[in-house]
Amino acid sequence: MLERLNEIEAAALEALESVKDDEALQAWRVAHVGRSAPIKMVYKEFGKLSKEERPAVGKRANEVKVALEAALTERAEAIKTAELARSLEEDHLDVTLPGRPVRHGGIHPATQTLRRILTILADMGFQVYTSREVESDEYNFQHLNFPVGHPAREMQDSFYVEGGKEDNPLLMRTHTSPGQIRAMREFAAESPENPPSIRISLPGMCYRYEQITSRSEIQFNQVEGLAVGENITFSDLKGTLNDFARRMFGQHARTRFRAQHFPFTEPSAEMDVECFLCEGEGCSVCKKSGWLEILGCGMVHPNVLQAGGYDPRRYTGFAFGMGPERQAMLRHNIKDIRYFWGNDARFLEQF
Amino acid sequence: MKLPVSWIKDYVNINISVEELASLLTLAGLEVEEIRYVGWAMPDYAAGEKHEFKTYGLSWDPEKLVVAEIREVKPHPDADRLVLCDLFDGKDQHLALTGAPNLLQYKDKGAFEKPLKVAFAKEGSEIYDGHKEGQVLTKLKRAKIRGIESYSMVCSEKELGISDEHEGIIFLDDDAPVGTPLADYMGDAVFSIDILPNNARNVNVLGIAREVAALTNKALKRIDKKPYETSGDAIAEKVKIEIAEPELNARFVLGLIRDVEIAPSPYLVQRRLRLAGIRPINNLVDATNYAMFEVGEPLHAFDYDVLVERAKGKEIVISTRTAEEGEKLTTLDNEERTLQASNVLVCDEAGALSIAGVMGGLESEVTEDTKNVLLEGAAWNFINIRRTANHHNLPSEASYRFSRGVHPALAEDGVKRGLYWMQKWANGKIAPDLVDNYPLPPSDPVVTVTEADVKRLLGVEISAEKIAELLTRLEFSTQVEGTSVSAATPPIRMDIGEGIVGVADVIEEIARLYGYDNIPETRIGDPLPPQIGNPVHDWEEKLRDQLATLALQETVNYRMTSPEAQERLGSQGEFVKLANPSTPEKAVLRRSLMASVLEVVEKNARLRDSLAFFEIGPVFVPNKADLPDEPRKLAIAMTGRRQPSAWDTSDAPVMDFYDLKGVTHAFLAGLGLKDIVYTPADTSTQPGAAFHPGKSAQVTVNGVVVGAFGELHPVAAEKYEFADTAVLAAEFDLETLRGVQPAYEITPVPAFPPMLEDIALIVDESLPAAKVEHLIRQTGGKMLADARLFDVYRGEQLGEGKKSLAYALTYQAPDRTLTDKEAAKIRKKIVKRLEYEVGAELRG
Ligand SMILES: [Zn+2]
Repeated sequence: MLERLNEIEAAALEALESVKDDEALQAWRVAHVGRSAPIKMVYKEFGKLSKEERPAVGKRANEVKVALEAALTERAEAIKTAELARSLEEDHLDVTLPGRPVRHGGIHPATQTLRRILTILADMGFQVYTSREVESDEYNFQHLNFPVGHPAREMQDSFYVEGGKEDNPLLMRTHTSPGQIRAMREFAAESPENPPSIRISLPGMCYRYEQITSRSEIQFNQVEGLAVGENITFSDLKGTLNDFARRMFGQHARTRFRAQHFPFTEPSAEMDVECFLCEGEGCSVCKKSGWLEILGCGMVHPNVLQAGGYDPRRYTGFAFGMGPERQAMLRHNIKDIRYFWGNDARFLEQF
Repeated sequence: MKLPVSWIKDYVNINISVEELASLLTLAGLEVEEIRYVGWAMPDYAAGEKHEFKTYGLSWDPEKLVVAEIREVKPHPDADRLVLCDLFDGKDQHLALTGAPNLLQYKDKGAFEKPLKVAFAKEGSEIYDGHKEGQVLTKLKRAKIRGIESYSMVCSEKELGISDEHEGIIFLDDDAPVGTPLADYMGDAVFSIDILPNNARNVNVLGIAREVAALTNKALKRIDKKPYETSGDAIAEKVKIEIAEPELNARFVLGLIRDVEIAPSPYLVQRRLRLAGIRPINNLVDATNYAMFEVGEPLHAFDYDVLVERAKGKEIVISTRTAEEGEKLTTLDNEERTLQASNVLVCDEAGALSIAGVMGGLESEVTEDTKNVLLEGAAWNFINIRRTANHHNLPSEASYRFSRGVHPALAEDGVKRGLYWMQKWANGKIAPDLVDNYPLPPSDPVVTVTEADVKRLLGVEISAEKIAELLTRLEFSTQVEGTSVSAATPPIRMDIGEGIVGVADVIEEIARLYGYDNIPETRIGDPLPPQIGNPVHDWEEKLRDQLATLALQETVNYRMTSPEAQERLGSQGEFVKLANPSTPEKAVLRRSLMASVLEVVEKNARLRDSLAFFEIGPVFVPNKADLPDEPRKLAIAMTGRRQPSAWDTSDAPVMDFYDLKGVTHAFLAGLGLKDIVYTPADTSTQPGAAFHPGKSAQVTVNGVVVGAFGELHPVAAEKYEFADTAVLAAEFDLETLRGVQPAYEITPVPAFPPMLEDIALIVDESLPAAKVEHLIRQTGGKMLADARLFDVYRGEQLGEGKKSLAYALTYQAPDRTLTDKEAAKIRKKIVKRLEYEVGAELRG
């Protein structure tokens, strides 16, 4: 009997050698450890054995059973590993096929630049103040110290709107500066004898009568800043704008201030930032000058303070203004300003 | 304004480089836009000198390009059109071959008594090729031309980069020093300067020289106040001036010069005028232009004899007055101009002579036969001149200056300077005195500025003495008293105001000369004002983010559009109209933001198969009594595939009403809104026929209608060039939406597991799903946490006019796990209620 057990074991293990897949393994299991497998037959014939033979045969039969089951498990593992290896080898994609396109949303580049500017200004204490886009001549020009006959007030430079009065026509605002007057008047109204200090940013769309070309638009965003108080100086203006330039254009941004003229500020200046494309060496973007014109600024003109309800003998202030689209164009080398309101998906998607 | 630097040097010593000078002027508000080199050495960028300006032009090698004299012009043995110049360059004799037509007249005349001075280029010179279009550099090489060896040449203006002139060689003035490098004799650099409106006083050589002198603290060389001898009868006996409106003509000055000899101006004068952008004509016309460029006063020269003839033996009375509407005058360009009543004319007794400050009349203009010249210098109202020049489309050097404002004091200086040059170049005899009618001298404000004023505005301490010194450099007359400086505005400028405005104006001048660069950088010392915030702006920004997160792209459109473009969505009511539109396509301000965003869909229809856009911004509603209203709106438009097609999903589903509803609901929920109700859109209140009546909804939040959305009405959609997928659109009023209070609390996340169960109900087709959901939720009460529609089914076995709505129900108690029994009870209640209220039947 023991002899037979040895043969059963040997035969089974030999058969297992040729088992290569799951199916064959199942067949082997049925044949060699299943209900009617030879080893199970040995158990059935157990009763026929003599009392003396039983312990030894029993022990051996158990050994064989355990050994076959262990071999089965081992084989199963090996087959699984082999199959996994094979499937990993066979199952692969063409990773160069394109991914499935996703429609994704986005914020318009003009808004993105506006946000950048407004965030920096807000960090510096300049809070957003918004005002209307259709304005009166009074707010757009007169209160901002554009004298009668100033070239900017000529009809051909602005878009006028029907319905105004003869001496106070309506127009699409040419800058966000009318908001300065509206803000000052609003703040001054709180306490006319003692108007509070002001620190605001004024973003919004402005309009000028131009030929639309790759370099000029009839509609453009502007952001202005206004600080009014009892101790605001030109040196504060320089400090504030240099802080702004470092945040907006990089830690090492160099600036220069050139004398300029604006009706609503005096003294007035233009702030140039060292060209961040050529680092001042001179390139096509900065027109070989090494400098980029970034913003206009100055001390608020006494007549403007007065128009806003702030006594120019007591208060001083500074104001500055810049164009977000221009900054976006410089930053991304956008050659055509018409892209902004063209709303071509191929442009918008890139931001 | 184009200005040769050599000319500035006539009036101030300059010991800095051209680039440094340009930089100094630029920082002081006289922006040099470009530098054109005409002979002087250009900076060596290759050697690392920094670019500060756009520069171009030609440098003349001082070794190779020199003044020379032609002593004889000999014929070429084999060519009629060529000559040989016997030439001396100060050191050596040369034989230069040339075909210059203006030398042919000197051929075969033997040795000259008075040699011809010319610009001579030796072998190896780099100059422009005179025979090529534009400016092409060439190097002079030794060559044989028709048997004669040639290695050098006499130059034309084109070859030296002075002008395009290549008809003949340059004849230099007789006093040109032979052997001197050309660059030293007549080299230059020309600045293009952008003149700001408050800088009108500087549209001239003296003005710029005054700035340079002030900025570099050098003395300004002044023009001699009594520069010439006079002879003959005094002008006052011959001419009288009458001014009708001093507001328009503050001053009028006339001078007389007799017996002029008209000829070309000296070459160096012509060269300067050319570099300044003015075409030389003859010594008389050139004298008026040259004096204008120097002093800043545009001059006008009349042929005196024409006026004498017109006066028919009487005294000449020159008067200024406004024109009769429709009055006619033939100007010197031989155009008959019809005048407006606002145009100012210079007249004599016989009629109009010229359009004041803008253009002279043909009849009294100086000609080649003029003998006696009456020279006018006047002061005009700058606004009037600008409007007249614009109206007649006559931009000129004169109107450019007059329309910016010229101080009346310059009228006299200008006339004197003009007469001086006429005498010098045309040998005339100047009549004694001038006639001068000056009814309205400007006030020339005296401004008192203190150290404290300067500190208050600029933030720097500058002593009264220093303030006075800086202002004196700009020719203010100053007086220091303690810490205060009284400064009288010099009679050359009209940009300094009175009182506190004058103080600001003067402080700007102090700052410019002190140097903006020298003013320190400080942080604002004033306390930060109370921070106010801008909730409206913040909220809109949040809304933008919500929509971008939902895969919508923001657009920004022109506010200006046309009624036709807007009314594709049906009538929009009255528009705000532009009074002066640039094009009919941009004649009104938009009233429908949705129409604008739909245009973006149209524009991109063929570019992408999945489009979703939004825009936030104002629309404009006319308001008879006042400025228009500018309500802010949100518009959305979507069309095409739910996701862009991929290589294995070419037939991905397209978006419909429910996609937009999903977006709408998501952004409203994202704003923290809870009670959102959708009802079929009331088409009677919708503007026009924007939406499909059966596929559009109105959105109500907390009982307030905030907007509407849906599929475009087919009639509207047909007016656009869309792709053939349904276009979904929405418009919300932002003020209304912002007015709706968001929910205060969020719903807590349950701690116990929910019970989930599906039910399907068969109901009438006409029953809105919202009604069923409402009944389920109401009946389910607090324990029913959610009821989500997951399937709508229609089929034969349900019967005609029936549909099955399947809901996934979530039962949930906040404090325990619900039992099956409890859930079954709620479910039974729900089914009963639906059976009773809407005749629903539980399906299978
Ligand atoms: Zn650059």
